[in-house]
Amino acid sequence: MNPTKQIVSGLARRQRAEKRFRLYGLIAVVLGMAFLLLLFGSIVTNGYKAFTQTYIELPIYFDPAVIDPSGERNHQTLFSADYWKLVKTAVYQKFPQVNGRKERRELTRMISEGSAYELRDQVLENPRLIGTTQHVWLAADDDIDMLMKGYIDRNLPEDERRLNDRIIGYVDSMREADAIERRFNTTFFAAGDSREPEQAGILGALMGSFLTLIVTLLLSFPIGVAAAVYLEEFAPRNHFIDLIEININNLAAVPSIIFGLLGLAIFINWFGMPRSTPVVGGLVLGLMTLPTIIIASRVSIQSVPPSIKEAALGVGASRMQAMFHHVLPIATPGMLTGTIIGMARALGETAPLLMIGMVAFIVDPPGGFTEPATALPVQIFLWSDSPERGFTERTSAAILVLLAFLIAMNAAAVYLREKVTKRF
Amino acid sequence: MSPLVLIFLLLALSSAAYFFSQRRMLRQTRNANVARLNSLPEHFGTLGAIWAGAPALLVYFVWLIFEGDILMAQVLAMLPDPESMAATRELLIGDIRNAINNPMSYQMASEEVRMAADRYHELSQTATLALTATCLSVFAICSALVLKFLTPRVRARVRVEKIIRGFLLLCSTLAIFTTVGIVLSVLFEASRFFQAVSVTEFLFGLEWSPQMAIREDQVGSSGAFGAVPLFAGTLLISFIAMLVAAPIGLMSAIYLSEYAPAKVRTAVKPMLEILAGVPTVVYGFFAAITVGPALRGFGQSVGLDVASESALAAGFVMGVMIIPFVSSISDDVITAVPQAMRDGSLGMGATNSETMRRVILPAALPGIIGGLLLAISRAIGETMIVVMAAGLSANLTANPLEAVTTVTVQIVTLLVGDQEFDSPKTLAAFALGLALFFITLVLNFIALYVVRKYREQYE
Amino acid sequence: MNTTETLAIPIPEQLDPPAVTGKVDLDLTTVGDFTVPDPRMKIRDVNVFYGQKQAIYDVNLDIGSNAVVAMIGPSGCGKTTLLRCLNRMNDTIDGCRVEGQVEMDGKNVYGRKMDPVLLRARVGMVFQKPNPFPKSIFDNVAYGPRIHGLVRDRTDLEEVVHTSLERAGLLDEVKDRLDQPGTGLSGGQQQRLCIARAIAVSPEVILMDEPCSALDPIATARIEELIGELRKNFSIAIVTHSMQQAARVSQRTAYFHLGYLVEVGSTKDIFTTPKHQLTEEYITGRFG
Ligand SMILES: Nc1ncnc2c1ncn2[C@@H]1O[C@H](COP(=O)(O)OP(=O)(O)OP(=O)(O)O)[C@@H](O)[C@H]1O
Ligand SMILES: [Mg+2]
Repeated sequence: MNPTKQIVSGLARRQRAEKRFRLYGLIAVVLGMAFLLLLFGSIVTNGYKAFTQTYIELPIYFDPAVIDPSGERNHQTLFSADYWKLVKTAVYQKFPQVNGRKERRELTRMISEGSAYELRDQVLENPRLIGTTQHVWLAADDDIDMLMKGYIDRNLPEDERRLNDRIIGYVDSMREADAIERRFNTTFFAAGDSREPEQAGILGALMGSFLTLIVTLLLSFPIGVAAAVYLEEFAPRNHFIDLIEININNLAAVPSIIFGLLGLAIFINWFGMPRSTPVVGGLVLGLMTLPTIIIASRVSIQSVPPSIKEAALGVGASRMQAMFHHVLPIATPGMLTGTIIGMARALGETAPLLMIGMVAFIVDPPGGFTEPATALPVQIFLWSDSPERGFTERTSAAILVLLAFLIAMNAAAVYLREKVTKRF
Repeated sequence: MSPLVLIFLLLALSSAAYFFSQRRMLRQTRNANVARLNSLPEHFGTLGAIWAGAPALLVYFVWLIFEGDILMAQVLAMLPDPESMAATRELLIGDIRNAINNPMSYQMASEEVRMAADRYHELSQTATLALTATCLSVFAICSALVLKFLTPRVRARVRVEKIIRGFLLLCSTLAIFTTVGIVLSVLFEASRFFQAVSVTEFLFGLEWSPQMAIREDQVGSSGAFGAVPLFAGTLLISFIAMLVAAPIGLMSAIYLSEYAPAKVRTAVKPMLEILAGVPTVVYGFFAAITVGPALRGFGQSVGLDVASESALAAGFVMGVMIIPFVSSISDDVITAVPQAMRDGSLGMGATNSETMRRVILPAALPGIIGGLLLAISRAIGETMIVVMAAGLSANLTANPLEAVTTVTVQIVTLLVGDQEFDSPKTLAAFALGLALFFITLVLNFIALYVVRKYREQYE
Repeated sequence: MNTTETLAIPIPEQLDPPAVTGKVDLDLTTVGDFTVPDPRMKIRDVNVFYGQKQAIYDVNLDIGSNAVVAMIGPSGCGKTTLLRCLNRMNDTIDGCRVEGQVEMDGKNVYGRKMDPVLLRARVGMVFQKPNPFPKSIFDNVAYGPRIHGLVRDRTDLEEVVHTSLERAGLLDEVKDRLDQPGTGLSGGQQQRLCIARAIAVSPEVILMDEPCSALDPIATARIEELIGELRKNFSIAIVTHSMQQAARVSQRTAYFHLGYLVEVGSTKDIFTTPKHQLTEEYITGRFG
């Protein structure tokens, strides 16, 4: 048979196979994009409402008899007074029709327990408040917050939802009087961890992450660059150097949790460094990031045209001088790019920090490198375990903050890289 | 003076030594031509600073490393009856440390512990004084030596560069120290574990329940330590992950490199890379909050019983995480196949897909396999997704709808919370870590080797 | 190198052609008759662009049946580009655009009905650098028949592979190692393997882009011999930098300059009595 005819007869089938193959590829790409959208979509929808928080307006009478019976304005007295009582009185007054122990308990539960500290801080700052009545916006309890955000279905039978009809009635009446509203959630950015969702914030975790990353950077950047310089410029070709290179490549692929084990066994158990602290976390993450930085820095040094080094050597510079005066300045942006990417990875890393105990429940933001702390991703992990809807929401919001940082860092890295590639 | 002030003082003194040496060299050679010096004045300055400052700094750091242990030993020796204060020496040291570092613990600590903490504070003040004195005198002696020996005839540049080179080499070897540190730390603790539990029981035992103590006082058998269910669970989840990641990653790499218009490629590639940059804790949350319940709901609607922490959910999300990894490695490998191969095949009248399937992919196969091995090693070592979305109970099952647990999940559960470094429960984590390290090491080794061989083939 | 002395063919010089720039003001319209009585393929008013850059200007040329046409010209004048237009291999290059007509047996190659797959099966191509697939020798040659479904069974396939290798003059050298990788052959053998691979699908036209540029004189001689053989059944267009090679293997020669077809005619005429000044300079520069 004529080969052309034979080819033609199979052509339709082959073109279909081609289309199918192409379609598979397209489906794969679309699936990848869809996963990305789903991931971000689910986190944004879960989390964006956490940036607001429900507040309730109460006319608080700063009763001198409660706060400072003696009238001495002694700091200690003001500090330890029973401010919750002020809140209770104010709520009872707002709903004078409510009597009975149980009902009144329900009333006070609408206000966050942290409000007492809020009032305390106001008084400590301005003792002249004592004796006056102020309209104060206090954070609502997380259940009320959830109701206001529409997460509690009013149509469910009463015994299946977290709030009964009475409380919903109170909320609605306040809403009519404009005494309850959602405002920007400053607590979320200004507070440390808390057992109460409405009191919980990410400041402590952010501080912890920041301190940890500083240690990471201080450890991995200078050492990474130094190692890269040595391996690229001064290392002889021998088995020892091969060993180093094999080690670097392998460390880059070792699971991060193993670095956590290293930190636990060496830094904490052997060196006796304090558990749960940014300094240990930073060291562990630094060792973990080191291979990334070494590899990126080496690539960056390699990409400097050899003519530059040769020119320096040609006018009598030593190899060290050629390296430090001429090659390194040009390679710096590339190294910084690699470092930023490494730092971004370290910022998102969780597992090794669990190993060294940065998972503790810590309320106060850490003030130094050796104080117990957690980190942002660990905070996310901790919150994600809590059953309250309010924490689910805050977990997503914390993730959004984390992602914002990561995106900013990566954008910076990309910007640096673009700038460099344009020059050569 | 606190140690922190001391180190700044030492650094300041070293800088002073730098300027002093530099000036002095200029003065000494004022008559001679500066250009005839064998090194720049800066080199003399640096050398002077190093000679004068480095020994003192060394003393400083060595001192700080050992100070804690020495002081603690002295405090313990001073205590009248250390044995009665806590169950073990480690626990006692921990208590005292807490009391020293944390005012709250101090308030709550027992009388003896508080006394020990006070004593420690006193000792450490004395020690800091002694340290200051030592460092300053070392600095003084070394400065005198600089005065005597740093002459214009010293080949300062060569010496400085030698010192810098040594420092650079030291930095490079940190990678080796890290590996050694990892190996030693897991090996050491794991060997203590294997004193209590036999290796064969660990490797081949079918029962894993480290929490259950059979008898209170029974050291060494606080539960069952057969790791097979963990290995099986790890494999199951990694397998599911690869089922998701390998085809999607590979096909999207093929589509992007061979079919997609340049515009689509430049838009989609970075988006896929975003998936790679998302922290694993986010994936874990996604798996636990969105995917797990969705699968469970779907299962219910078709009459299947899906566990809320099913292997499927964890594996699926892990697969999504690995997609960009697979696709970027595949992309590298596919584009590394020379254009001449494509031309040869297309020139014969092969369609794009035939070219891909019959020429490019077979040629790229070793590289792709290497990449997939690396991906598997990632999946095995991945922690947060499984901690948040997979179960805790060690079921030996191949059913992806049930909950399984993994090696990394168990390491985390065993080590988060109270750690007792004398119970097999805590030490088991290190045995698991050893197994994990070993497996991923072997996988990485093979993968890197295969990929390198593949690259060489086309270079 | 004693072996070269025994060759009847003079050793081609691998010198670069002399610089002819600065003469662009010369008339570049084609001299000579670009048609043939029995054309297999026709190129009419073809312009090729790479993005903004034009590589081929208004070229007209026929490829005759059972004949060899040689394309010569200085480096970068567009020979490869034109050759790749003939089987639409330029489709695979991003940003490459072809204007004008290319016909095969009266049908427009760039028409909407033309399937490049079929076209490339009918218009085979041999590349400058041998590019065997990283497969066995057998699988290399069997590649075309397999993808195009030209054979029914293994026996058929073996026959096709054997005849193709035979016609490419490679069979004797490789017949007992057909299962060895094709990349393990020598450069000349690899190029003959690529030729065998190309003729295994019985194309009607074979395009050869400097098939001997990577080969030594002996291998070159064998391939030239092979081209003479193949001419009996195929139409051939060959790009070459070697004047001697063009003279030896082709019946017609086309001389290109900076994307223009400057002169075309019978090989004998071109090499003995070139009409265009550029052609003459190029050829005499060669022969000294
Ligand atoms: N892929 C491409 N993209 C852009 N320009 C190209 C491309 N390929 C070729 N060119 C340009 O087109 C012109 C013709 O190139 P072509 O490869 O056809 O020349 P040639 O005659 O085959 O040269 P040689 O004898 O060196 O092989 C050259 O100027 C070249 O720079
Ligand atoms: Mg060419």
